[in-house]
Amino acid sequence: MERLIRKYEDKLVAHGLCDPGAPLIGSRDEAVLWNRDDALVPAMEEVFAGLNIASLLFARPAEPFFSIMERVAHSPEARAGCIRPQDSETRTFLHDIPVLDAFVPRDIIATLKRRKCVVVRSHGIVTYGTVSPEQAFVFFSSVCFSIYVKFFADYRDAVRAGTADAADRAVVERALASYESFVARIPESPRLMRGPFTEPDDCLAAIVEAGRMTVECRMVDSFFGNISYRLGDTVYISQTGSSLDELGGMIDPCPMDNSSCAAITASSELSAHRGIYRDPGVAAILHGHPKFAVIASLDCDDDACAHRGRCHVECARERFVGDVPIVPGEVGTGPHGLCNTLPPAMRGRRGAIVFGHGLFTTGAADFTDAFASLVSVERMCLEEYRQTITG
Amino acid sequence: MHGWTGTIVRIDLTEKTFSVEHPSSDIYERFIGGRGMAGHYLMRDGTRAWDDPAMPLLLFTGPLVDTPTPTSGRMCVMSRSPLTGAICDTSVGGRLGTQLKRAGFDGVVIAGKSDAPCGIEIRDGAITFTDAAHLRGKTVSETRAAIGDAGSCAVIGSAAENGVLYASIMVDGHFCSGRGGLGLVMASKNLKYLAVSGTGKTPVADRDEIAAAREEINRLAAASPILLGELGIAHYGTGALYDLMDSRRMMPTDNFRATHFAAAASMNAHAYKTRYATKRTGCTGCAILCKKIGANKEIIPEFETMSHFSALIGNVDPDAVIEANRVCNEAGMDTITAAVTIACHLEITGRSLSPDALIELLNDIAHARGDGAALAMGSHRYAAAQGRPEVSISVKKMELPAYDPRGAYGMALAYAVSTRGACHLRAYPISHELLRKPVATDRFSWSGKARIIKIAEDANATIDSLTACKFLFFAASLEEYARAYCGATGARATAQDLLAAGERIYYTERIMNAANGFSADDDDLPPRFFAEPGTGGGGIAIAPLGRGEFLAARARYYRIRGLDGRGMPTEEKCRELGIEWNG
Repeated sequence: MERLIRKYEDKLVAHGLCDPGAPLIGSRDEAVLWNRDDALVPAMEEVFAGLNIASLLFARPAEPFFSIMERVAHSPEARAGCIRPQDSETRTFLHDIPVLDAFVPRDIIATLKRRKCVVVRSHGIVTYGTVSPEQAFVFFSSVCFSIYVKFFADYRDAVRAGTADAADRAVVERALASYESFVARIPESPRLMRGPFTEPDDCLAAIVEAGRMTVECRMVDSFFGNISYRLGDTVYISQTGSSLDELGGMIDPCPMDNSSCAAITASSELSAHRGIYRDPGVAAILHGHPKFAVIASLDCDDDACAHRGRCHVECARERFVGDVPIVPGEVGTGPHGLCNTLPPAMRGRRGAIVFGHGLFTTGAADFTDAFASLVSVERMCLEEYRQTITG
Repeated sequence: MHGWTGTIVRIDLTEKTFSVEHPSSDIYERFIGGRGMAGHYLMRDGTRAWDDPAMPLLLFTGPLVDTPTPTSGRMCVMSRSPLTGAICDTSVGGRLGTQLKRAGFDGVVIAGKSDAPCGIEIRDGAITFTDAAHLRGKTVSETRAAIGDAGSCAVIGSAAENGVLYASIMVDGHFCSGRGGLGLVMASKNLKYLAVSGTGKTPVADRDEIAAAREEINRLAAASPILLGELGIAHYGTGALYDLMDSRRMMPTDNFRATHFAAAASMNAHAYKTRYATKRTGCTGCAILCKKIGANKEIIPEFETMSHFSALIGNVDPDAVIEANRVCNEAGMDTITAAVTIACHLEITGRSLSPDALIELLNDIAHARGDGAALAMGSHRYAAAQGRPEVSISVKKMELPAYDPRGAYGMALAYAVSTRGACHLRAYPISHELLRKPVATDRFSWSGKARIIKIAEDANATIDSLTACKFLFFAASLEEYARAYCGATGARATAQDLLAAGERIYYTERIMNAANGFSADDDDLPPRFFAEPGTGGGGIAIAPLGRGEFLAARARYYRIRGLDGRGMPTEEKCRELGIEWNG
């Protein structure tokens, strides 16, 4: 348990979600084990005692997430008790994000009794897990991602409407400059294994390498996203809920004829990947959640659209960022699943963005092109965002 | 009242009378429905012998049944188990729960004993008793045919009538109230069948809230590879787990002497789908439809049956698996206990079985004749009688399902401490130990597992009380179902409030078991798992479980659960949970 607590403390820092020393993580089997001493431990133990849970996490997010959280948490929407970002992580897993005024254990307990996370204004984010500290880490990461996307999307809309707030603008400029600088440093031609691969071991090694680089370059929060390679009649794909930076032993071989269900643990996007592989020119697929690609997908000025509010499943417009299409579709295989919308949109293109969700890219022989496309589309979306808000 | 009908019917089979009662809203909110309400009603009589006429057989629906909430068309059947002596409940699908609700009842409490075989027919509020003497000895499908259009029906077959300790109750033909021998409790009352039909509607407090919850739940189900993915149970049935268990080296083989089955690739769910051209079917109100039926109406077995009637007994003929399952269903007999008992018999005698001999032996068990008479008592009694008690792979005299505990330590602990015996569904740790939901845990570690198992037991007690399908919780959580519960009932409850009710429900079961003499001695695994390794391979080693680590994890579990060092309930915990207990 101590190992897991340390692992997710380190990940929060490594992913830029928290500053070193910020995460306070407790986990309990019989007794609660904390990652460090902190004045908040008694209050957190009170929260623990009020909930039937196994892990608890509180942290002040690192910049720019903290400033963004503060702006979002002080919005009129948040003043009413919670925010509802439109990205797919919120819609699918969080539903909404409650916001509290103060770090009061009783109020935090009452909120976490019904939701997986809570934002405490001027303090940070509290999340929990019933199985492992990993859940608390995932929810924390999701909240950071969701409020980031919401903040930038809302600000763009406000600029267009002429209602942008000066304080928001200051936060946007700082965060944008920081991210632009970070993205500019990502190498144009990453040194990834060159394909085509003919042996499973090479293919697995290439997936592990590309997954790790995708996380290191912050093109996805590690728990989300997926990656695959087609070798003959088998698709090798990351397992559901696996971390793209820890894929060793977490890749399922899926025979195209479904002659084995051993890969029942494969990514929820296996069907979408298979659909894309119907194009014989595709050998590799990479799916990340680059932030500005997701923010770009939420950009629509058709206020009179009959599908407003249902864009994620019903958007009927042909929409593009440059050469990359934006399609509706939910996670997985339901009637509105992206497995229905994504493969046809990808055909003959380097990638496609799923509304509020993320970006899929492909490679013909290995992950080099797929990764390069992931980064270049994100850059394109970032540039477009900059142009939009500066006019 | 919303969500619940507010009415329970008590039926006295001795007098052929019935009466209704209306539990207080406090009882409903404390015990929810299904397993919780059934346990509450069983508590008073929980120490009676299973065949005491006053011992009730309880059938309870939940507040979500007959509402638009996904996978809520289930119900709970409960009594004391003839096989184990512990409390025993089963969550069963089909249409019975929905029909009972539409007939105006949340639950049926059946006590007494008819002087001759009889049936009970409930049609809306009217209850009639029928003569069923002519149905004695009839198979489940023959009985269903004879009943005609009396409604959804729960039926016993020849296994119950012949005293098989693991006789089941069959609902709507092939939905099993399978484990623990509740069919024998029904037979002890001379009750051949219960048929229910109703035309009422269940009023709900807030249909929009249920619709919103439904959308959230269905979205999560669609995102789940285990449920609706190409390789998931919607397409392949629960048999989709077959390849996974074998590849993870935890497929019980040769009576748990091995954990890898060489013929697995030809006996998997894909093989059945191809061979029998399967179609989807399932319970009322379900979009997953995990039941599979072949083009010629063959019932495709559940994973447990598929695994135990192949790997566990060395059978490589899928037709024999289908037929074994059919024989058990027609006779009304738990396939898991039947298969493990046969595997025990094969190990003791050193024999092997041809497909024909397997079917013959199952028929002998169902009729308690020949070798079958001894096997009808289950593996524990059979192995003890043979002087080889260690060969019975059971916990609390209930046989293990098809997940070898040496390959998943949470499962090992869950089997041991389960209130109904070796049960994979009490805590269902394969969710995180194998299927990576909600996140993956290290299956070869005891760390944190005591707490995880306790929380999962509470959650599943809640789910069985709502009465929803556990499979959906590979994707959704009580967070979404709490919204549906509030929409259905008008109650103001959070996920954690429901979990608290689940803890109360589970503790009530521990109290009943303790009153029947169960203690830490019974919360244990067969010695084989601590002494012998499984079959390693593919980079996976299956070592024997560490006895000391297991006992330490169990001790932690007791403390977390609020039990004493012997696994017995405490006054302090009862007070905390608001349970009346006399010690």
